[in-house]
Amino acid sequence: MIRRLPSSRLLLILLLILPLAVVGGMVLGPQIILPFQTGDSAAVISDLLIVQQIRLPRVLMAGLIGATLALAGVVMQGLFRNPLADPSLIGVSAGASAGASLIIVMGGSLFGVAEWAGVSLLVIGAFAGAAAATWLVYRLAASATGTSVATMLLAGIAISSLAGAINHLLQLFADNHMLRLISLWQMGSLSGVSWSRLGWAALLLVPALAFFPRYAIALNAFLLGESQARHLGVEVDVMKRQVIILVAFTVAVAVSLTGTISFVGLMTPHLVRMIIGPDHRGLIPCSALAGAVLLIFADAFSRYLLAPGELPIGVVTAMLGAPFFLSLLRRQRRVVEMSS
Amino acid sequence: MMSLENIGLTLGDTPILRGVSLQLQPSRVTVVLGPNGAGKSSLLKVACGEQSATTGSVTFNGKSLAHHSAAHKALHMAVLPQHSSLTFPFSALEVVMLGRTPHATGTETDRQLVEQAMRATDSWYLREQLYPNLSGGEKQRVQMARVLVQVWQPVDSGERLIVLDEPTSALDYAHQQMVAQLLRQRADAGCAVLTAMHDLNLAAQCADQLVLMCCGEIRACGSADEVLQEDILQEVFQVRFHRITHPDTGKPWLIN
Repeated sequence: MIRRLPSSRLLLILLLILPLAVVGGMVLGPQIILPFQTGDSAAVISDLLIVQQIRLPRVLMAGLIGATLALAGVVMQGLFRNPLADPSLIGVSAGASAGASLIIVMGGSLFGVAEWAGVSLLVIGAFAGAAAATWLVYRLAASATGTSVATMLLAGIAISSLAGAINHLLQLFADNHMLRLISLWQMGSLSGVSWSRLGWAALLLVPALAFFPRYAIALNAFLLGESQARHLGVEVDVMKRQVIILVAFTVAVAVSLTGTISFVGLMTPHLVRMIIGPDHRGLIPCSALAGAVLLIFADAFSRYLLAPGELPIGVVTAMLGAPFFLSLLRRQRRVVEMSS
Repeated sequence: MMSLENIGLTLGDTPILRGVSLQLQPSRVTVVLGPNGAGKSSLLKVACGEQSATTGSVTFNGKSLAHHSAAHKALHMAVLPQHSSLTFPFSALEVVMLGRTPHATGTETDRQLVEQAMRATDSWYLREQLYPNLSGGEKQRVQMARVLVQVWQPVDSGERLIVLDEPTSALDYAHQQMVAQLLRQRADAGCAVLTAMHDLNLAAQCADQLVLMCCGEIRACGSADEVLQEDILQEVFQVRFHRITHPDTGKPWLIN
Protein backbone atom coordinates (compact mmCIF):
# COMPACT_ATOMS: atom_id res chain seq x y z
CA MET A 1 0.00 0.00 0.00
CA ILE A 2 1.17 3.52 -0.68
CA ARG A 3 0.61 6.54 1.49
CA ARG A 4 0.61 9.62 -0.68
CA LEU A 5 -0.83 13.06 -0.63
CA PRO A 6 -2.74 14.08 -3.78
CA SER A 7 -0.54 16.53 -5.68
CA SER A 8 -3.30 19.14 -5.79
CA ARG A 9 -3.38 19.14 -1.97
CA LEU A 10 0.38 19.67 -1.69
CA LEU A 11 0.19 22.41 -4.31
CA LEU A 12 -2.47 24.18 -2.25
CA ILE A 13 -0.41 23.86 0.94
CA LEU A 14 2.67 25.27 -0.78
CA LEU A 15 0.66 28.12 -2.26
CA LEU A 16 -0.39 29.00 1.27
CA ILE A 17 3.14 28.71 2.69
CA LEU A 18 4.79 30.77 -0.05
CA PRO A 19 3.34 34.17 1.01
CA LEU A 20 4.21 33.35 4.62
CA ALA A 21 7.78 32.60 3.55
CA VAL A 22 7.98 35.89 1.66
CA VAL A 23 6.73 37.84 4.70
CA GLY A 24 9.07 35.88 6.97
CA GLY A 25 11.98 36.71 4.69
CA MET A 26 11.16 40.41 4.92
CA VAL A 27 10.82 40.34 8.70
CA LEU A 28 13.93 38.32 9.49
CA GLY A 29 17.40 39.71 9.08
CA PRO A 30 20.20 41.25 11.10
CA GLN A 31 17.42 43.19 12.71
CA ILE A 32 13.79 42.11 13.00
CA ILE A 33 11.53 44.53 11.16
CA LEU A 34 7.86 44.08 11.92
CA PRO A 35 5.39 44.82 9.14
CA PHE A 36 2.68 47.49 9.21
CA GLN A 37 4.62 50.06 11.18
CA THR A 38 3.21 53.50 10.77
CA GLY A 39 4.51 56.89 11.47
CA ASP A 40 7.12 59.08 9.85
CA SER A 41 9.98 58.84 12.30
CA ALA A 42 13.42 58.33 10.80
CA ALA A 43 13.56 54.75 12.11
CA VAL A 44 10.34 53.73 10.38
CA ILE A 45 11.40 55.29 7.11
CA SER A 46 14.77 53.59 7.21
CA ASP A 47 13.11 50.25 8.03
CA LEU A 48 10.78 50.74 5.09
CA LEU A 49 13.74 51.45 2.84
CA ILE A 50 15.54 48.33 4.03
CA VAL A 51 12.50 46.18 3.34
CA GLN A 52 11.71 47.76 -0.03
CA GLN A 53 15.19 48.10 -1.46
CA ILE A 54 17.09 45.23 0.13
CA ARG A 55 14.92 42.52 1.58
CA LEU A 56 12.02 42.31 -0.86
CA PRO A 57 14.11 41.94 -4.06
CA ARG A 58 16.34 39.51 -2.23
CA VAL A 59 13.44 37.35 -1.04
CA LEU A 60 11.88 37.33 -4.51
CA MET A 61 15.24 36.42 -6.03
CA ALA A 62 15.63 33.57 -3.53
CA GLY A 63 12.20 32.26 -4.54
CA LEU A 64 12.95 32.50 -8.23
CA ILE A 65 16.35 30.82 -7.95
CA GLY A 66 14.96 28.13 -5.65
CA ALA A 67 12.20 27.33 -8.12
CA THR A 68 14.71 27.24 -10.99
CA LEU A 69 17.14 24.89 -9.26
CA ALA A 70 14.35 22.58 -8.11
CA LEU A 71 12.80 22.38 -11.57
CA ALA A 72 16.17 21.75 -13.18
CA GLY A 73 16.70 18.96 -10.63
CA VAL A 74 13.33 17.38 -11.42
CA VAL A 75 13.89 17.17 -15.14
CA MET A 76 17.52 16.06 -14.82
CA GLN A 77 16.48 13.22 -12.51
CA GLY A 78 13.76 12.28 -14.99
CA LEU A 79 16.05 12.53 -17.98
CA PHE A 80 18.80 10.45 -16.36
CA ARG A 81 16.18 8.15 -14.79
CA ASN A 82 18.20 8.48 -11.62
CA PRO A 83 16.95 10.11 -8.41
CA LEU A 84 20.51 11.16 -7.58
CA ALA A 85 20.99 13.27 -10.70
CA ASP A 86 21.56 16.96 -10.16
CA PRO A 87 21.69 19.98 -12.48
CA SER A 88 25.45 20.26 -11.92
CA LEU A 89 25.92 16.87 -13.67
CA ILE A 90 26.06 18.53 -17.07
CA GLY A 91 29.01 20.70 -16.06
CA VAL A 92 27.06 23.90 -15.70
CA SER A 93 28.13 24.77 -12.13
CA ALA A 94 31.80 23.97 -12.66
CA GLY A 95 31.81 25.97 -15.89
CA ALA A 96 30.20 28.97 -14.20
CA SER A 97 32.69 28.73 -11.39
CA ALA A 98 35.66 28.72 -13.76
CA GLY A 99 34.16 31.64 -15.71
CA ALA A 100 33.67 33.63 -12.52
CA SER A 101 37.24 32.92 -11.35
CA LEU A 102 38.59 34.00 -14.70
CA ILE A 103 36.83 37.33 -14.42
CA ILE A 104 37.89 37.82 -10.80
CA VAL A 105 41.55 37.09 -11.56
CA MET A 106 41.93 38.66 -15.01
CA GLY A 107 38.93 40.95 -15.35
CA GLY A 108 39.59 43.30 -12.48
CA SER A 109 42.85 44.49 -14.00
CA LEU A 110 41.52 44.58 -17.56
CA PHE A 111 38.15 46.24 -17.14
CA GLY A 112 37.85 47.41 -13.57
CA VAL A 113 34.63 46.56 -11.81
CA ALA A 114 32.29 47.59 -14.57
CA GLU A 115 28.59 47.18 -14.00
CA TRP A 116 25.93 47.60 -16.61
CA ALA A 117 22.24 47.82 -15.70
CA GLY A 118 22.89 45.94 -12.48
CA VAL A 119 24.69 43.07 -14.15
CA SER A 120 28.37 42.91 -13.38
CA LEU A 121 31.07 41.52 -15.59
CA LEU A 122 31.32 38.68 -13.07
CA VAL A 123 27.80 37.55 -13.88
CA ILE A 124 28.50 37.64 -17.60
CA GLY A 125 31.72 35.68 -17.13
CA ALA A 126 29.97 33.02 -15.05
CA PHE A 127 27.19 32.70 -17.60
CA ALA A 128 29.69 32.36 -20.44
CA GLY A 129 31.58 29.68 -18.51
CA ALA A 130 28.41 27.76 -17.74
CA ALA A 131 27.21 27.96 -21.34
CA ALA A 132 30.59 26.88 -22.73
CA ALA A 133 30.89 23.88 -20.40
CA THR A 134 27.36 22.65 -21.09
CA TRP A 135 27.74 23.14 -24.80
CA LEU A 136 30.93 21.06 -24.74
CA VAL A 137 29.28 18.28 -22.70
CA TYR A 138 26.31 18.26 -25.04
CA ARG A 139 28.49 18.14 -28.17
CA LEU A 140 30.45 15.20 -26.75
CA ALA A 141 27.28 13.24 -25.97
CA ALA A 142 25.43 14.01 -29.18
CA SER A 143 26.01 11.81 -32.20
CA ALA A 144 24.21 11.00 -35.43
CA THR A 145 22.10 8.43 -33.60
CA GLY A 146 20.92 10.84 -30.92
CA THR A 147 22.13 11.99 -27.53
CA SER A 148 23.43 9.32 -25.21
CA VAL A 149 22.47 10.09 -21.64
CA ALA A 150 25.18 7.77 -20.30
CA THR A 151 27.91 9.45 -22.37
CA MET A 152 26.58 12.78 -21.23
CA LEU A 153 27.00 11.79 -17.60
CA LEU A 154 30.63 10.81 -18.20
CA ALA A 155 31.33 13.88 -20.34
CA GLY A 156 29.78 16.03 -17.59
CA ILE A 157 32.14 14.55 -15.02
CA ALA A 158 35.15 15.04 -17.30
CA ILE A 159 34.30 18.63 -18.23
CA SER A 160 33.55 19.45 -14.61
CA SER A 161 37.01 18.22 -13.61
CA LEU A 162 38.55 20.20 -16.43
CA ALA A 163 36.71 23.35 -15.32
CA GLY A 164 37.76 22.58 -11.76
CA ALA A 165 41.39 22.35 -12.85
CA ILE A 166 41.16 25.70 -14.66
CA ASN A 167 39.63 27.11 -11.52
CA HIS A 168 42.51 25.86 -9.35
CA LEU A 169 45.04 27.10 -11.84
CA LEU A 170 43.50 30.57 -11.71
CA GLN A 171 43.59 30.51 -7.93
CA LEU A 172 47.35 29.99 -8.10
CA PHE A 173 47.67 33.37 -9.79
CA ALA A 174 45.19 35.09 -7.51
CA ASP A 175 46.14 37.36 -4.63
CA ASN A 176 44.47 37.12 -1.22
CA HIS A 177 41.63 39.47 -2.05
CA MET A 178 40.83 37.57 -5.25
CA LEU A 179 40.96 34.23 -3.43
CA ARG A 180 38.42 35.47 -0.95
CA LEU A 181 36.15 36.71 -3.74
CA ILE A 182 36.42 33.38 -5.54
CA SER A 183 35.64 31.32 -2.49
CA LEU A 184 32.72 33.56 -1.51
CA TRP A 185 31.33 33.34 -5.01
CA GLN A 186 31.56 29.57 -4.95
CA MET A 187 29.64 29.38 -1.69
CA GLY A 188 26.76 31.20 -3.31
CA SER A 189 25.23 34.41 -2.15
CA LEU A 190 22.07 36.40 -2.51
CA SER A 191 23.53 39.55 -1.02
CA GLY A 192 23.61 42.57 -3.25
CA VAL A 193 20.46 41.65 -5.10
CA SER A 194 18.98 44.82 -6.51
CA TRP A 195 15.68 45.39 -8.23
CA SER A 196 17.44 45.69 -11.57
CA ARG A 197 19.25 42.37 -11.10
CA LEU A 198 15.97 40.74 -10.05
CA GLY A 199 14.41 42.22 -13.19
CA TRP A 200 17.03 40.52 -15.32
CA ALA A 201 16.50 37.21 -13.57
CA ALA A 202 12.72 37.41 -13.92
CA LEU A 203 12.95 38.43 -17.56
CA LEU A 204 15.18 35.46 -18.40
CA LEU A 205 13.89 32.79 -16.04
CA VAL A 206 10.12 33.18 -15.81
CA PRO A 207 9.42 32.51 -19.52
CA ALA A 208 11.87 29.59 -19.51
CA LEU A 209 10.34 28.05 -16.39
CA ALA A 210 6.93 28.22 -17.99
CA PHE A 211 8.12 25.63 -20.50
CA PHE A 212 8.88 22.90 -17.96
CA PRO A 213 5.32 21.61 -17.39
CA ARG A 214 5.06 20.83 -21.11
CA TYR A 215 7.46 17.93 -20.61
CA ALA A 216 5.61 16.31 -17.69
CA ILE A 217 3.90 13.53 -19.65
CA ALA A 218 6.95 12.81 -21.80
CA LEU A 219 9.15 12.59 -18.68
CA ASN A 220 6.72 10.10 -17.12
CA ALA A 221 7.06 7.88 -20.19
CA PHE A 222 10.81 8.47 -20.14
CA LEU A 223 11.11 6.80 -16.72
CA LEU A 224 10.27 3.49 -18.45
CA GLY A 225 13.37 3.83 -20.62
CA GLU A 226 14.20 5.70 -23.78
CA SER A 227 12.96 3.15 -26.28
CA GLN A 228 9.77 2.59 -24.29
CA ALA A 229 9.13 6.33 -24.32
CA ARG A 230 9.60 6.27 -28.09
CA HIS A 231 7.07 3.43 -28.42
CA LEU A 232 4.67 5.52 -26.34
CA GLY A 233 4.85 8.26 -28.96
CA VAL A 234 7.44 10.59 -27.41
CA GLU A 235 9.81 12.23 -29.90
CA VAL A 236 12.69 11.26 -27.64
CA ASP A 237 15.57 13.02 -29.38
CA VAL A 238 13.72 16.31 -29.81
CA MET A 239 12.62 16.21 -26.20
CA LYS A 240 16.08 15.43 -24.83
CA ARG A 241 17.61 18.29 -26.79
CA GLN A 242 15.00 20.79 -25.67
CA VAL A 243 15.13 19.74 -22.03
CA ILE A 244 18.93 19.91 -21.89
CA ILE A 245 19.00 23.35 -23.48
CA LEU A 246 16.31 24.55 -21.10
CA VAL A 247 18.12 23.21 -18.03
CA ALA A 248 21.49 24.54 -19.18
CA PHE A 249 20.05 27.99 -19.82
CA THR A 250 18.08 28.34 -16.60
CA VAL A 251 20.80 26.92 -14.35
CA ALA A 252 23.44 29.04 -16.08
CA VAL A 253 21.38 32.17 -15.39
CA ALA A 254 20.77 31.10 -11.79
CA VAL A 255 24.37 30.15 -11.05
CA SER A 256 25.81 33.24 -12.67
CA LEU A 257 23.56 35.53 -10.62
CA THR A 258 23.89 33.85 -7.24
CA GLY A 259 26.79 31.38 -7.36
CA THR A 260 26.51 27.65 -6.74
CA ILE A 261 23.77 26.89 -4.26
CA SER A 262 24.04 23.20 -3.55
CA PHE A 263 21.45 20.66 -2.51
CA VAL A 264 18.27 22.49 -3.57
CA GLY A 265 18.20 20.87 -7.02
CA LEU A 266 18.92 17.43 -5.62
CA MET A 267 16.83 17.54 -2.49
CA THR A 268 13.62 19.30 -3.46
CA PRO A 269 12.46 16.80 -6.11
CA HIS A 270 13.25 13.99 -3.65
CA LEU A 271 11.17 15.52 -0.89
CA VAL A 272 8.25 16.21 -3.17
CA ARG A 273 8.44 12.74 -4.70
CA MET A 274 8.29 11.18 -1.24
CA ILE A 275 5.08 13.08 -0.55
CA ILE A 276 3.16 12.82 -3.83
CA GLY A 277 4.89 10.11 -5.89
CA PRO A 278 6.93 10.36 -9.10
CA ASP A 279 4.24 11.65 -11.51
CA HIS A 280 5.77 14.70 -13.18
CA ARG A 281 2.40 16.37 -13.70
CA GLY A 282 2.33 17.04 -9.96
CA LEU A 283 6.06 16.90 -9.35
CA ILE A 284 6.92 19.86 -11.59
CA PRO A 285 4.61 22.53 -10.12
CA CYS A 286 5.03 21.29 -6.55
CA SER A 287 8.83 21.18 -6.79
CA ALA A 288 8.95 24.72 -8.19
CA LEU A 289 7.00 26.05 -5.20
CA ALA A 290 8.83 23.86 -2.70
CA GLY A 291 12.20 24.99 -4.06
CA ALA A 292 11.12 28.62 -3.78
CA VAL A 293 9.95 28.18 -0.19
CA LEU A 294 13.07 26.26 0.81
CA LEU A 295 15.48 28.84 -0.55
CA ILE A 296 13.54 31.77 0.91
CA PHE A 297 13.75 30.17 4.36
CA ALA A 298 17.39 29.23 3.90
CA ASP A 299 18.20 32.82 2.90
CA ALA A 300 16.33 34.24 5.89
CA PHE A 301 18.33 31.93 8.17
CA SER A 302 21.58 32.92 6.48
CA ARG A 303 20.93 36.55 7.38
CA TYR A 304 19.65 35.86 10.87
CA LEU A 305 22.08 33.29 12.29
CA LEU A 306 25.31 35.29 12.23
CA ALA A 307 23.78 38.78 12.37
CA PRO A 308 25.07 41.33 11.65
CA GLY A 309 27.34 39.12 9.53
CA GLU A 310 25.90 36.80 6.94
CA LEU A 311 26.40 33.13 6.13
CA PRO A 312 26.78 32.28 2.43
CA ILE A 313 23.51 30.69 1.40
CA GLY A 314 25.20 27.67 -0.17
CA VAL A 315 26.60 26.85 3.27
CA VAL A 316 23.15 27.14 4.80
CA THR A 317 21.42 24.91 2.24
CA ALA A 318 24.10 22.25 2.63
CA MET A 319 24.28 22.44 6.43
CA LEU A 320 20.54 22.44 6.97
CA GLY A 321 19.75 20.30 3.96
CA ALA A 322 22.19 17.45 4.37
CA PRO A 323 21.17 16.23 7.86
CA PHE A 324 17.49 16.69 7.10
CA PHE A 325 17.87 14.85 3.83
CA LEU A 326 19.82 12.02 5.45
CA SER A 327 17.23 11.52 8.15
CA LEU A 328 14.52 11.35 5.50
CA LEU A 329 16.55 8.86 3.53
CA ARG A 330 16.94 6.66 6.57
CA ARG A 331 13.24 6.75 7.30
CA GLN A 332 12.33 6.02 3.70
CA ARG A 333 15.18 3.66 3.05
CA ARG A 334 13.02 0.94 1.57
CA VAL A 335 11.47 3.15 -1.05
CA VAL A 336 14.74 4.86 -1.87
CA GLU A 337 16.67 1.63 -2.19
CA MET A 338 14.09 0.46 -4.63
CA SER A 339 14.24 3.67 -6.58
CA SER A 340 17.96 4.09 -6.92
CA MET B 1 -0.62 -4.92 -42.21
CA MET B 2 3.12 -5.27 -41.75
CA SER B 3 5.46 -6.64 -44.30
CA LEU B 4 9.18 -7.19 -43.85
CA GLU B 5 10.93 -7.60 -47.20
CA ASN B 6 14.32 -9.19 -47.49
CA ILE B 7 15.63 -7.72 -44.23
CA GLY B 8 19.36 -7.73 -43.63
CA LEU B 9 20.96 -6.38 -40.47
CA THR B 10 24.69 -6.01 -39.83
CA LEU B 11 26.10 -4.59 -36.61
CA GLY B 12 29.76 -3.70 -37.09
CA ASP B 13 30.99 -6.60 -39.20
CA THR B 14 28.66 -9.16 -37.67
CA PRO B 15 25.68 -10.20 -39.77
CA ILE B 16 22.68 -10.52 -37.45
CA LEU B 17 19.84 -11.02 -39.93
CA ARG B 18 20.02 -12.20 -43.54
CA GLY B 19 17.28 -12.17 -46.16
CA VAL B 20 14.38 -12.27 -43.71
CA SER B 21 10.91 -11.76 -45.21
CA LEU B 22 7.77 -11.97 -43.14
CA GLN B 23 4.13 -10.95 -43.47
CA LEU B 24 2.00 -10.09 -40.44
CA GLN B 25 -1.79 -10.12 -40.71
CA PRO B 26 -4.48 -8.68 -38.43
CA SER B 27 -6.11 -11.25 -36.11
CA ARG B 28 -3.13 -13.55 -36.41
CA VAL B 29 -0.53 -14.53 -33.83
CA THR B 30 3.00 -14.96 -35.17
CA VAL B 31 5.50 -16.64 -32.85
CA VAL B 32 9.23 -16.48 -33.53
CA LEU B 33 11.22 -19.47 -32.24
CA GLY B 34 14.88 -20.29 -32.26
CA PRO B 35 17.95 -20.89 -30.11
CA ASN B 36 19.80 -18.06 -28.31
CA GLY B 37 21.44 -15.66 -30.73
CA ALA B 38 19.30 -16.81 -33.66
CA GLY B 39 18.14 -13.23 -34.26
CA LYS B 40 14.65 -13.39 -32.68
CA SER B 41 15.01 -10.17 -30.70
CA SER B 42 16.74 -8.42 -33.61
CA LEU B 43 13.87 -9.35 -35.90
CA LEU B 44 11.41 -7.95 -33.37
CA LYS B 45 13.48 -4.78 -33.02
CA VAL B 46 13.47 -4.24 -36.77
CA ALA B 47 9.73 -4.86 -36.88
CA CYS B 48 9.02 -2.26 -34.19
CA GLY B 49 11.45 0.28 -35.62
CA GLU B 50 13.86 0.27 -32.70
CA GLN B 51 16.62 -0.93 -35.00
CA SER B 52 16.67 0.09 -38.62
CA ALA B 53 17.53 -2.65 -41.08
CA THR B 54 20.76 -2.41 -43.07
CA THR B 55 19.01 -3.65 -46.19
CA GLY B 56 15.41 -4.39 -47.08
CA SER B 57 12.22 -2.57 -46.17
CA VAL B 58 9.57 -2.59 -43.47
CA THR B 59 6.05 -1.48 -44.40
CA PHE B 60 3.47 -0.80 -41.69
CA ASN B 61 -0.15 0.07 -42.47
CA GLY B 62 0.68 0.82 -46.10
CA LYS B 63 3.60 3.15 -45.36
CA SER B 64 7.30 2.69 -44.73
CA LEU B 65 7.78 2.24 -40.99
CA ALA B 66 10.41 4.98 -40.84
CA HIS B 67 7.90 7.48 -42.23
CA HIS B 68 5.47 7.07 -39.33
CA SER B 69 5.80 9.81 -36.70
CA ALA B 70 6.42 8.49 -33.18
CA ALA B 71 3.07 9.82 -32.00
CA HIS B 72 1.14 8.25 -34.86
CA LYS B 73 2.96 4.94 -34.64
CA ALA B 74 2.25 4.72 -30.92
CA LEU B 75 -1.48 4.73 -31.62
CA HIS B 76 -1.15 1.51 -33.60
CA MET B 77 1.85 -0.35 -32.26
CA ALA B 78 2.73 -1.39 -28.72
CA VAL B 79 6.02 -3.00 -27.78
CA LEU B 80 7.02 -5.08 -24.75
CA PRO B 81 10.81 -5.27 -24.38
CA GLN B 82 12.62 -8.20 -22.80
CA HIS B 83 13.72 -6.08 -19.85
CA SER B 84 12.19 -3.01 -18.29
CA SER B 85 14.28 -0.65 -16.22
CA LEU B 86 11.68 1.34 -14.29
CA THR B 87 13.05 2.14 -10.83
CA PHE B 88 10.94 5.12 -9.79
CA PRO B 89 8.21 4.37 -7.23
CA PHE B 90 5.15 4.41 -9.46
CA SER B 91 2.23 2.24 -8.38
CA ALA B 92 1.38 -0.67 -10.70
CA LEU B 93 -1.77 1.20 -11.74
CA GLU B 94 0.24 4.28 -12.71
CA VAL B 95 2.60 2.15 -14.77
CA VAL B 96 -0.28 0.68 -16.75
CA MET B 97 -1.82 4.15 -17.12
CA LEU B 98 1.40 5.19 -18.89
CA GLY B 99 0.27 2.88 -21.69
CA ARG B 100 -2.47 5.40 -22.45
CA THR B 101 0.09 8.21 -22.99
CA PRO B 102 -0.42 8.35 -26.79
CA HIS B 103 -4.20 8.64 -26.46
CA ALA B 104 -6.42 11.56 -25.56
CA THR B 105 -9.44 9.54 -24.55
CA GLY B 106 -9.85 11.10 -21.11
CA THR B 107 -9.07 9.76 -17.64
CA GLU B 108 -12.40 7.97 -17.20
CA THR B 109 -12.08 5.86 -20.36
CA ASP B 110 -8.41 5.26 -19.68
CA ARG B 111 -9.14 3.95 -16.20
CA GLN B 112 -11.78 1.56 -17.51
CA LEU B 113 -9.47 0.19 -20.20
CA VAL B 114 -6.61 -0.08 -17.71
CA GLU B 115 -8.81 -2.08 -15.36
CA GLN B 116 -9.78 -4.44 -18.19
CA ALA B 117 -6.17 -4.94 -19.24
CA MET B 118 -4.97 -5.45 -15.68
CA ARG B 119 -7.70 -7.99 -14.98
CA ALA B 120 -6.81 -9.79 -18.21
CA THR B 121 -3.17 -10.10 -17.12
CA ASP B 122 -4.11 -11.00 -13.53
CA SER B 123 -2.43 -7.87 -12.18
CA TRP B 124 -5.44 -5.82 -11.00
CA TYR B 125 -4.92 -6.95 -7.41
CA LEU B 126 -1.40 -5.41 -7.57
CA ARG B 127 -2.67 -1.98 -8.63
CA GLU B 128 -1.88 -0.14 -5.40
CA GLN B 129 1.54 -1.69 -4.83
CA LEU B 130 4.75 0.07 -5.77
CA TYR B 131 6.09 -1.31 -9.03
CA PRO B 132 9.76 -1.53 -7.88
CA ASN B 133 8.66 -3.79 -4.99
CA LEU B 134 6.97 -6.38 -7.24
CA SER B 135 8.49 -9.75 -8.12
CA GLY B 136 9.86 -10.41 -11.61
CA GLY B 137 6.75 -12.25 -12.78
CA GLU B 138 4.43 -9.60 -11.33
CA LYS B 139 6.42 -6.85 -13.05
CA GLN B 140 6.18 -8.73 -16.32
CA ARG B 141 2.40 -8.98 -16.05
CA VAL B 142 2.07 -5.29 -15.16
CA GLN B 143 4.26 -4.33 -18.13
CA MET B 144 2.19 -6.59 -20.36
CA ALA B 145 -0.99 -4.86 -19.20
CA ARG B 146 0.66 -1.51 -20.02
CA VAL B 147 1.53 -2.67 -23.52
CA LEU B 148 -1.86 -4.25 -24.21
CA VAL B 149 -3.83 -1.23 -23.02
CA GLN B 150 -1.93 0.98 -25.47
CA VAL B 151 -3.72 -0.70 -28.39
CA TRP B 152 -6.76 -2.09 -26.54
CA GLN B 153 -9.24 -0.36 -28.87
CA PRO B 154 -8.96 0.59 -32.54
CA VAL B 155 -8.49 4.36 -32.93
CA ASP B 156 -9.05 4.72 -36.67
CA SER B 157 -8.88 2.55 -39.75
CA GLY B 158 -5.20 1.72 -39.07
CA GLU B 159 -4.49 -1.89 -38.03
CA ARG B 160 -2.93 -2.54 -34.62
CA LEU B 161 0.22 -4.54 -33.90
CA ILE B 162 1.51 -5.88 -30.58
CA VAL B 163 5.19 -6.87 -30.40
CA LEU B 164 6.28 -8.86 -27.33
CA ASP B 165 9.82 -10.09 -26.72
CA GLU B 166 9.68 -13.22 -24.54
CA PRO B 167 6.59 -12.19 -22.56
CA THR B 168 6.54 -15.45 -20.56
CA SER B 169 10.20 -15.59 -19.47
CA ALA B 170 9.49 -14.86 -15.78
CA LEU B 171 6.02 -16.41 -15.51
CA ASP B 172 4.84 -19.59 -13.77
CA TYR B 173 2.91 -22.29 -15.67
CA ALA B 174 -0.54 -20.92 -14.95
CA HIS B 175 0.41 -17.43 -16.10
CA GLN B 176 2.16 -18.79 -19.21
CA GLN B 177 -1.13 -20.44 -20.16
CA MET B 178 -2.91 -17.17 -19.40
CA VAL B 179 -0.59 -15.28 -21.74
CA ALA B 180 -1.11 -17.81 -24.54
CA GLN B 181 -4.87 -17.41 -24.26
CA LEU B 182 -4.60 -13.65 -23.88
CA LEU B 183 -2.55 -13.32 -27.07
CA ARG B 184 -5.25 -15.33 -28.89
CA GLN B 185 -7.93 -13.03 -27.48
CA ARG B 186 -6.10 -9.89 -28.56
CA ALA B 187 -5.72 -11.38 -32.03
CA ASP B 188 -9.44 -12.20 -32.06
CA ALA B 189 -10.04 -8.53 -31.14
CA GLY B 190 -8.30 -7.60 -34.42
CA CYS B 191 -4.67 -7.05 -33.44
CA ALA B 192 -1.71 -8.59 -35.19
CA VAL B 193 0.57 -10.19 -32.59
CA LEU B 194 4.30 -10.78 -33.05
CA THR B 195 6.12 -12.48 -30.21
CA ALA B 196 9.31 -14.39 -29.47
CA MET B 197 9.18 -17.43 -27.18
CA HIS B 198 11.27 -20.37 -26.07
CA ASP B 199 8.52 -22.83 -25.17
CA LEU B 200 7.67 -24.77 -28.36
CA ASN B 201 4.48 -26.27 -26.93
CA LEU B 202 3.16 -22.91 -25.74
CA ALA B 203 3.95 -21.50 -29.17
CA ALA B 204 2.12 -24.39 -30.89
CA GLN B 205 -0.88 -23.69 -28.71
CA CYS B 206 -1.37 -20.00 -29.51
CA ALA B 207 0.29 -19.37 -32.88
CA ASP B 208 -1.33 -19.06 -36.30
CA GLN B 209 2.08 -18.67 -37.85
CA LEU B 210 5.35 -20.04 -36.52
CA VAL B 211 8.72 -18.66 -37.61
CA LEU B 212 11.71 -20.84 -36.79
CA MET B 213 14.98 -18.92 -36.91
CA CYS B 214 18.52 -20.12 -36.99
CA CYS B 215 21.71 -18.09 -37.46
CA GLY B 216 19.88 -14.94 -38.56
CA GLU B 217 17.81 -16.69 -41.22
CA ILE B 218 14.32 -18.09 -41.31
CA ARG B 219 14.66 -21.89 -41.36
CA ALA B 220 10.96 -22.65 -41.52
CA CYS B 221 7.76 -20.64 -41.55
CA GLY B 222 4.14 -21.79 -41.47
CA SER B 223 1.59 -23.55 -39.26
CA ALA B 224 2.61 -25.45 -36.13
CA ASP B 225 2.12 -28.68 -38.04
CA GLU B 226 4.53 -27.64 -40.80
CA VAL B 227 7.24 -26.05 -38.67
CA LEU B 228 7.45 -28.31 -35.65
CA GLN B 229 8.97 -31.30 -37.51
CA GLU B 230 11.30 -33.53 -35.52
CA ASP B 231 14.14 -33.39 -38.06
CA ILE B 232 14.04 -29.58 -38.52
CA LEU B 233 13.94 -29.02 -34.77
CA GLN B 234 16.86 -31.34 -34.16
CA GLU B 235 18.87 -29.53 -36.81
CA VAL B 236 18.10 -26.09 -35.33
CA PHE B 237 18.24 -26.81 -31.59
CA GLN B 238 20.76 -29.72 -31.62
CA VAL B 239 18.38 -31.64 -29.34
CA ARG B 240 16.29 -34.76 -30.16
CA PHE B 241 12.55 -34.16 -30.03
CA HIS B 242 9.64 -36.60 -30.10
CA ARG B 243 6.41 -35.25 -31.43
CA ILE B 244 3.00 -36.44 -30.31
CA THR B 245 -0.45 -34.91 -30.61
CA HIS B 246 -1.92 -33.19 -27.57
CA PRO B 247 -5.07 -35.15 -26.66
CA ASP B 248 -7.12 -32.04 -25.83
CA THR B 249 -6.03 -29.41 -28.32
CA GLY B 250 -5.02 -31.64 -31.21
CA LYS B 251 -1.90 -29.49 -31.62
CA PRO B 252 1.61 -30.94 -31.88
CA TRP B 253 3.32 -31.55 -28.53
CA LEU B 254 7.06 -31.99 -28.29
CA ILE B 255 8.94 -34.04 -25.76
CA ASN B 256 12.69 -34.18 -25.48
